[in-house]
Amino acid sequence: MPSTTIAGRQIDVNEEGFLSNPDDWTEELGAEFARLIGVDMSEEHWKLVRFLRQDYKAMGETPTLRRVSTQTGMPVKQLFTLFPGKPAKKMAYVAGVPKPKGCV
Amino acid sequence: MTDTKPDIQSDIQTETPFVPSFDTPAEEGRKLAIICSKGTLDMAYPGLILGNAALGEGVETHLFFTFWGFDMINKKTQSSLKATLLGNTAMHMPQGLGGIPGMTHLATSQLKKAIAELDIPEVPDFLDQIVASGGHLWACRLSADMNHLTEADLRDDVEGIISASDFIEMTAGAQLLFI
Repeated sequence: MPSTTIAGRQIDVNEEGFLSNPDDWTEELGAEFARLIGVDMSEEHWKLVRFLRQDYKAMGETPTLRRVSTQTGMPVKQLFTLFPGKPAKKMAYVAGVPKPKGCV
Repeated sequence: MTDTKPDIQSDIQTETPFVPSFDTPAEEGRKLAIICSKGTLDMAYPGLILGNAALGEGVETHLFFTFWGFDMINKKTQSSLKATLLGNTAMHMPQGLGGIPGMTHLATSQLKKAIAELDIPEVPDFLDQIVASGGHLWACRLSADMNHLTEADLRDDVEGIISASDFIEMTAGAQLLFI
């Protein structure tokens, strides 16, 4: 398992660079993840990240983009604006949870 | 970790943090065109699911609706696509049953239920989501002419009724899926 040093901490990540253990996550780490992928975190970004962490804990898997949208009430279009390009993967990375497995 | 075999990645501890590469240059400019030619409920979904997935991966995606696929973007029909046993042996039911009145309705409601249980949207909502994700919808000129349909009959987010050659021109360099 590769490890890397982010925000002054040595952390284990998977082969793609996602945090291996979601329990290692802290807000400080999340903020640094976001900075490293070029996302400027606003309160809305944090709201999504908190939802992802909470939903992952409750459901045992990372929510898909559709679930994020229906559960938080944030339109899909806005998710693409907040996390451009690959929103589902980017928000999962910042939240320190695995990338979503669901198809829709 | 008691793995004694040398693992190439186990020693990665570089000074630059190891971060997922979300925007690799190789993927930039990737384009996908999906031709949706079917008007049954079961065959509406493959294009929608793949198109939606492509958009989520940052791929520029165009959906081109032609022939029976027109029913997916026709305001009158998009909410009432049906699944049928007839001609579909993969439903694993005797074909004779398919002709009994009510069987198409039953197959349709069963499929809709299964789809809803997986939290997959119905066709019109799914197209809404695709457009919200940046997807482009196009209608086929010949299909429109054959069915005497105009832009007014189609979803408002259909960007245009275009000819086959317009489509080919527009999707230069794109990966193509015919469904």
